[in-house]
Amino acid sequence: MATAPTSEVITPATGTPAPPGRSALRTHLPRVVLYIILALFCIYYLLPLYVMVVNSLKPLSEITSGGMMSLPSDWTIEPWGSAWSTAQVGVEATGLRPYFLNSLMMVVPAVAITTILGALNGYVLTKWSFRGSTLIFGLLLFGCFIPFQMVLIPMARMLGLMGLAGSVSGLIFVHLVYGIGFSTLYFRNYYAAFPTELVRAAQIDGAGFFTIFRRILLPSSGPIAVVCIIWLFTNIWNDFLFGASFSDFDSQPMTVALNNLVQSSTGVKEYNVHFAGAIMAALPTLLVYIVAGRYFVRGLMAGSVKG
Amino acid sequence: MSHADTPRRSRSVDWLRDALPKLVLSPSIVLVAIFVYGFIAFTVYLSFTDSRILPSFGWVGWQNYTNLFRIRAWDTAVTNLAIFGVLYISICCLLGLLLAILLDQKIRAEGFIRTVYLYPMALSFIVTGIAWKWFLDPGIGLEAVVQGWGWESFRFDWIKDSDMAIYTIVIAAVWQTSGFVMAMFLAGLRGIDGEMLKAAQIDGASTFALYRRIVIPQLRPAFMSAFVVLAHMAIKSYDLVIALTNGGPGTATEVPATFMYSYTFTRNQMGIGASSAVIMLMTIAAIIVPYLWSELREKK
Repeated sequence: MATAPTSEVITPATGTPAPPGRSALRTHLPRVVLYIILALFCIYYLLPLYVMVVNSLKPLSEITSGGMMSLPSDWTIEPWGSAWSTAQVGVEATGLRPYFLNSLMMVVPAVAITTILGALNGYVLTKWSFRGSTLIFGLLLFGCFIPFQMVLIPMARMLGLMGLAGSVSGLIFVHLVYGIGFSTLYFRNYYAAFPTELVRAAQIDGAGFFTIFRRILLPSSGPIAVVCIIWLFTNIWNDFLFGASFSDFDSQPMTVALNNLVQSSTGVKEYNVHFAGAIMAALPTLLVYIVAGRYFVRGLMAGSVKG
Repeated sequence: MSHADTPRRSRSVDWLRDALPKLVLSPSIVLVAIFVYGFIAFTVYLSFTDSRILPSFGWVGWQNYTNLFRIRAWDTAVTNLAIFGVLYISICCLLGLLLAILLDQKIRAEGFIRTVYLYPMALSFIVTGIAWKWFLDPGIGLEAVVQGWGWESFRFDWIKDSDMAIYTIVIAAVWQTSGFVMAMFLAGLRGIDGEMLKAAQIDGASTFALYRRIVIPQLRPAFMSAFVVLAHMAIKSYDLVIALTNGGPGTATEVPATFMYSYTFTRNQMGIGASSAVIMLMTIAAIIVPYLWSELREKK
């Protein structure tokens, strides 16, 4: 069961008395070794990030001469400028900037609409549940897990019919449709723990469907809204498959443009520019993770421990 | 509450009030009915037709499926998925469990370390793919660096080696997801009842026995969730392969997701592409449906 509490599980152990099993291991395994192992794993996880950062700040010649692991001897931010505004992405030398903006224009409305729909759905499914509502929820949820290869062919046609083919609006629509399941999951599980008596009491006082939602549930929905928004933001920002399938040259999201930059380089491979571009694509989600890491973890956990 | 109104007005208000929740839910239901289930039906139908560059409706029965299983690239894709899936899931689980147990020893900087282990999960697979692509590239990456340090005979060119390239995808994917599995197990560990551990310890259980007999069995729900999430990610994995190896060298790292895409959109064999997507759906459904079923039934 993963109502909001599931997420609380990752609390630091500090303050709680150590269960005996843990302190037993302590005496057997010297703490130093333990910390060394943990530090080695830190290096393992940080290494690719280190590689990306240092190599985005050095001239190409330092990378090709076998210096990938060393700090730049000649620091430069030129690769960043190039990746942002002058690198050849696909046909034109526009840099990644227009695609970064595409991603922003795609992710903001998609996240906003999907979150609102999810909140309303969760409200209905828990406080106004009816016969078959669990089945409906199950069917909504299954939609998040299908391999999206199943919908690529009909979706391409459908977007064409709707006049949304190759546009950012089309991508917003696609992400909205396949995000509803998760946003509904979050709000449903959260509202399930919300006292139904309050809702019933308000009903007796004459409050209507939307009044109850706005006045009673919405004010306490902050935490789950944050989780849902983070989850959707990361997923939609990081999406590649839909972006690659349903966008034109001028509506490509960041991930697709970045991949084009790296794969299609004719002539010299500018590794430093690739790394700078990769960091740009990673920055928004990394920032979210660093600022709101706790909620990010909750989102991941709730997404995996359903019910 | 409209007692003062005429009965007729009141009835329509009542009707609206009763129907409102369902009305609010209905757009989502309609969207999912069309764009998930309708589309599934459409793709299943296409998989029995002679569609090539565009959907066409000439019925060919099971022919696409029999053809599919004769295509060598599909064979490679399925084998690769099996290798990748087994290694990815088991290494992530083992590493995740190990890290969770290590981190559960009242570590000083736990918050920081957890952040470091988990951040790759926030990255796009494209970013992960690019980072590892160049890091593993023998010309500039690890191999060149180690050789530069003086170990001239050092070789690590898996990413260019048809037999080994699939393992580089495992390396990058494990890097991306293992921290998340760690978080799931850590959550499970924190939920274990300390009293039971205390009792077992008083009975003289060794630390190893304690973990093997008491702690790990209690992590079963976490294992289940991790398995479902990882299996589902493995089957759907597309972006990472595209960014890291682009299916190459040759077709050495083709997986079902890339196979489906290239057969449908670049080789104009839509019928075969659709049938490969159906196989993917069946595989995922075999894992997800029982899981959702058990989770939702318990809840009720």
